Amino acid sequence: MLQVERLSVTLGGTRALHDMTTSVNPGGWLGVVGPNGAGKSTLIKAICGLVPYGGCVRIAGRDLGSKDRRRRARAVAYVPQRPVLPREMNVTDYVLLGRSAHHGYLGAETARDRRTAAAVIERLELAHFASRPLGALSGGESQRAVLARALVQEAPVLVMDEPTTSLDLGHSQLVLELADELRRERGICVLCALHDLTLAAQYSETVLVLFEGRAVVDGAPADVLTEENISRYFAASVQVLEGASGPVVAPSRSAEPSALTAPNEHPDEEMRAS
Amino acid sequence: MSVLVDKELPARPRTVCLPPQRPLERAGVVEPTRLRASHLALGSAFLACAAAASLMVGPYQLPPLQVLEAVVAKLPFVHLHSGLSHLGYEVLWQLRAPQMVLGALVGAMLAVAGASYQGVFSNPLADPYLLGVASGAGLGATVAIVYGPTFAVGALNPLPIAAFAGALVAVAATFALARPASGGRSAATLVLAGVAVAAFFTSVQTFIQQEQGSSSLAVVYSWILGGISTAGWGQVELLLPYVVVAGGVLVACRRLLDVLSVGDEEATSLGVRAARVRAVVVVAATLGTAAAVSVSGLIGFVGIIVPHTIRLLTGPSYRRIIPLSLMFGGGFLVLANLMANTVLSPQEVPLGVITAFLGAPFFLVVLRQAKRMG
Repeated sequence: MLQVERLSVTLGGTRALHDMTTSVNPGGWLGVVGPNGAGKSTLIKAICGLVPYGGCVRIAGRDLGSKDRRRRARAVAYVPQRPVLPREMNVTDYVLLGRSAHHGYLGAETARDRRTAAAVIERLELAHFASRPLGALSGGESQRAVLARALVQEAPVLVMDEPTTSLDLGHSQLVLELADELRRERGICVLCALHDLTLAAQYSETVLVLFEGRAVVDGAPADVLTEENISRYFAASVQVLEGASGPVVAPSRSAEPSALTAPNEHPDEEMRAS
Repeated sequence: MSVLVDKELPARPRTVCLPPQRPLERAGVVEPTRLRASHLALGSAFLACAAAASLMVGPYQLPPLQVLEAVVAKLPFVHLHSGLSHLGYEVLWQLRAPQMVLGALVGAMLAVAGASYQGVFSNPLADPYLLGVASGAGLGATVAIVYGPTFAVGALNPLPIAAFAGALVAVAATFALARPASGGRSAATLVLAGVAVAAFFTSVQTFIQQEQGSSSLAVVYSWILGGISTAGWGQVELLLPYVVVAGGVLVACRRLLDVLSVGDEEATSLGVRAARVRAVVVVAATLGTAAAVSVSGLIGFVGIIVPHTIRLLTGPSYRRIIPLSLMFGGGFLVLANLMANTVLSPQEVPLGVITAFLGAPFFLVVLRQAKRMG
C-alpha cells in the first residue's frame, strides 16, 4: 500500500505541492489529473525521491526516507513522461537497467535478473524486438520497453507520468490495458497522471484532482469528473457522457467564448467529495 | 461521407487478451550485452603484436630473431642465450622495452579516460582533456621549462611533477567553479567551467612563453606535441600505480556508465546515484590522465578515436568499450610510437602528430563503414 502524508515540495522558491495526503491500496489505481502546472509531475517525482520534499511517503507502512536509493528503486518503479531512450542500446539491455537496484552495485546481472527480464519481455510481447536498438522502435513499442524496464524492478508501486503522451489512441489504450492487467495480476499499486480525462475516468478506481499544488477533489471517477468540477479546475467547457466503462469527457464549444474563465478565477476553498 | 480507400484493414492485434503469465522459472533467459572472450583474445593479440613489433624494430638495427630470443630468455625456467651484443641488450631493455611499456600505459589510460568522459558527459566529443587537464599540465610544464633550474627537486626531473600538479590544480578549479550555490552539479555546468578554466590556463601559459622569448619556445612546443622517446623504467614506475588504480576503478564502473545513459533522473530512479558515479569516474579518469600527461606530454586523438572505433565496431555498451579501450588504446599508442621513431629516422616525429595522422583517416574509414552497415 502506498501512503503519501502531508507531502510538500518547494521548487525554486515556489511551493509546488502543499500538504498532499493520499493513498493507493495494493492492486488499486489512482488517476491523478489536473491542469498544466497543477503539480502532477512534482507529486510523482517526490514519490520517486527525485525532488526534495517535506512529509513522508510510506510503502507497506515503511517510510522510504531519502537516503537509500536502491531500497527506493526496489519499492517504486517510475515511468517518466519523456523517457531518455539511448538510440543504440538494445531492448534487452534497456529492460535490464531496471534490475540495477537488485544486483550488486558494481556487479553484473544474475540468472534471476535475466529470467525476470525474459518473463517481462515475453509478457509485454517485446521478444520479437529484444535485440533491436531502441532507435528502431515505434512510439508504442518504445513505451512498452519503458514499461518493461519499470516492471522488472519488481516494485510494489508503479508510478506513471502521462505514459500516453505522444501515443495515438489505440496505443494509449494498449499501454494502459497492459498496466491494468499487470496491477491485477501482481497486486501492484498504480499511481498514474493523465491529461486525457476520459482515459483517466475509464482506467482509474479513484481519481484525484490536483489544482495549484493542492489535492482538491478525490473519489470515484463518476463523482469527481463532473462538468462542474472540470469547468472549475480546468477552465474547460465539456459534456460528460455516460459510457459503458465509465464517464466520457467530451469537449463542447460553449455559445459564448467569454463564458470560459481562467482557472485562477475560481480558487474556491478546498473541497473534497469522497 | 465518402470512402477514400476501400480496403479491408487487417485485424489489429490486441494485447488485451494475453495468455496467462508463465511462471518465472519456466520463462527463458535474456542475454545482456557482454564482453566476449573473442573480444579479449583479439585485444590481447593486438597488444602482443604491437609490443613485439616495437621491440624488434627501431632506428638502431637489431636482428629480430635475437630480440625474440632475448625476450624468451627472460621467461622463468628458460635458459637461452640470445647472441645480442652488450649494446644491443642495452638498447632492447633500457630503450625499447621501457618505451613500449610506457606507450602501452599512456595509450591505455588516455583511451579509457576518453571513453569514460564520453559516458559520464553523454558527449561524443568529450576527451580526457575536457576539464582542463591539458591546459593545466601545459602551464605546469611551461613553468618548469622556463623557470626550471631554480627549483629542481633533488635528482628528480621537475617537469612531470610540475605538469601533474598543474593538471590537478586546473581540474580542481573546474570542479570548484562548477559548484552551484545550492546543491547538485549538472554535467553541462562542469563542461562549461572546464572550457573557461582551460582558456585561462592556456592564456597564462602563452603569456609566460612569450615573455621568455624564443629560447624556451621550442622545448615547450615539443613537449606539448607529446612523446615518450626519452622514457626509462623510472617513468614507468611513476605512471604504473595511477594506471592500475584509475583503470581498475573505471573497469569496475563500466555497467554504471550504461545506466547513466538514460540521464541522471532516470538513473536515480533505478537506484544509481548519478552524481556520485560521475564524480568517482571523473576523478579516476582525471588522475590517470594527469599522470599520463605528466610523463608523455599532450598526445591528442587517442582518447577520442580509440573509444569511438570500438563503439562503432562492438556497439554502445560501456561493458565492452571500457575494457577494450584499455587494450586497443595501449596497442595503438605502441604502434604510433614505433612509427614516430622510425618514419624519419634518425629524427623523431612528435607522437601527437602520428596519432592524429594515423588515427584520423582510420577513424573516418570506420565511420563510413558503420554508416553503410547501419
